[in-house]
Amino acid sequence: MGVLSSSAMTDIILNAMWQTLYMVFWSTLISVVLGFIPAIVLTLTAPDGLHPQKVIYETLSFIVNVFRSFPFIILLVLIIPFTRMIVGKSIGTTAMIVPLTVSAIPYVARVFETSLRETDPGVIEAARAFGATDLQILMRVYVKESVPRLLNGIILLVISLIGYSAMAGTVGGGGIGNIAIQYGYMQYRTDYLVVSSVLLIIFVQLVQMLGNHLYKRLS
Amino acid sequence: MITLENVSKSFQNTTVLSDVSLRVGDGEIYGIIGQSGAGKSTLLRCINGLVPYEGGAIAVDGEKVFVRDKAALRKIQRRMGMIFQNFHLLNRLDVYDNVALPMRFWGMHPKSPEAKEKITSLLRMVGLEDKMHQRPRELSGGQKQRVAIARALVLDPQYLLCDEATSALDPKITKGILALLQDINKKMGITIVVVTHQMEVVKQICERVAFLKDGRVLAEGSPEALFVRPPHAEIKSFLHEGSDTLPKSGVNIQLFFNDDSADEPLITRAATELGINISIMWAKVEDFRDRRYGTIIVNVEERDRDRVIDYLKAQNVLWEVL
Repeated sequence: MGVLSSSAMTDIILNAMWQTLYMVFWSTLISVVLGFIPAIVLTLTAPDGLHPQKVIYETLSFIVNVFRSFPFIILLVLIIPFTRMIVGKSIGTTAMIVPLTVSAIPYVARVFETSLRETDPGVIEAARAFGATDLQILMRVYVKESVPRLLNGIILLVISLIGYSAMAGTVGGGGIGNIAIQYGYMQYRTDYLVVSSVLLIIFVQLVQMLGNHLYKRLS
Repeated sequence: MITLENVSKSFQNTTVLSDVSLRVGDGEIYGIIGQSGAGKSTLLRCINGLVPYEGGAIAVDGEKVFVRDKAALRKIQRRMGMIFQNFHLLNRLDVYDNVALPMRFWGMHPKSPEAKEKITSLLRMVGLEDKMHQRPRELSGGQKQRVAIARALVLDPQYLLCDEATSALDPKITKGILALLQDINKKMGITIVVVTHQMEVVKQICERVAFLKDGRVLAEGSPEALFVRPPHAEIKSFLHEGSDTLPKSGVNIQLFFNDDSADEPLITRAATELGINISIMWAKVEDFRDRRYGTIIVNVEERDRDRVIDYLKAQNVLWEVL
């Protein structure tokens, strides 16, 4: 059994924490930006949207479902060529951001679509009655009214990305979850297992608490 | 002036409006009344282009309302404020920003000194100056509708469309909102179109009214002409007045009174002069704006019928044998 204060372990854990933060931060940011676009298209073309377009809605909806149904570990391997194309290599922490993002985009698209469509249709009608353009309705009504719900979706996204990032070890991406598997599980290092698990719990708790706090302030 | 000529509209295979023609004059308070499902709300939405119509023509100040021409439609919409049954305020904006919202749609800065003055004076007019920075959820239903009214007036419209604006409010609050609408009509010269199923609304504020039934205008005229002595069985049944409880024997006669005749002791005088018994079966008194109208149904014995009729003919009173 190692000692918690051993500098080797501290270094490994600290380094892994940074890797996790790095992967989760960038994949969240990119997937929120990229997932927002299909979310808007879905919202506008939905049967109750500003411009109902059955074909576009159903097609996009189908694509989102297809991507959401891949188990993450399979997606990770499947898109290796794509990852190489984007970041130049298929292993490492940065390379891990690509599959994390790709798996998160359809999730964001669906969660944001649901959040946006929960906007009171009466409020949208009122905006139309005052001569608002589609873009104004989108930004000033749909998005504005949905901010707390969108934020909730992002919090859930961050938490599930923390979970998925544990699989980064598969492609040499590192991260705190990887420590738990690599050292704790495969090398029977209970101390690593305990420390990394506790850190993950604290991490998720902090994210959730921050989320709840913001939700209360915003709604 | 708003004119509708032979307007028709259907959703899929259901006809919602057919052959609707009416005219709302400048400065009027015009009512559109009917049962739920009569097409009133759709009619109102056709006027400001929220819903397209298929046949006929709608024009606002001579300009045709045509949903496909977005730019022209927006200009028409700017001249029309609208309020709704469920207020439709934005939950995440405070009262000030809710009122300011239409300004944003038209590129006006809601924090500019002119905007501030405008919004403040509107909130003062609706009596909510002190709630400026509260959120809609902190307000009562009546207060929310007042905010919605301020919002509907912020672009200085010539028209105000009200869709069941008081249907979600209790009678006392309704009276207050109606008084406010009447005030807006008189002081600001804004033409108001109200859609409602509540007789109270029509009686208290409307100068003219159209009665809608199954998407058609069944009757149009002053509220007193339509509702004191309903010209249609449908309107009578809409008012669901209890003439079904009248006695089967004898003769039932309905008498109509207005301000000029209400003071005369007609019935007791008839009873003494003719030396007969007259039973009062049913009565009601109602106010239309500031005029009072009354209706009484009396029952006399069959053998007195002709004498009573002769007597009534000589009087300054409207009546009919039921």
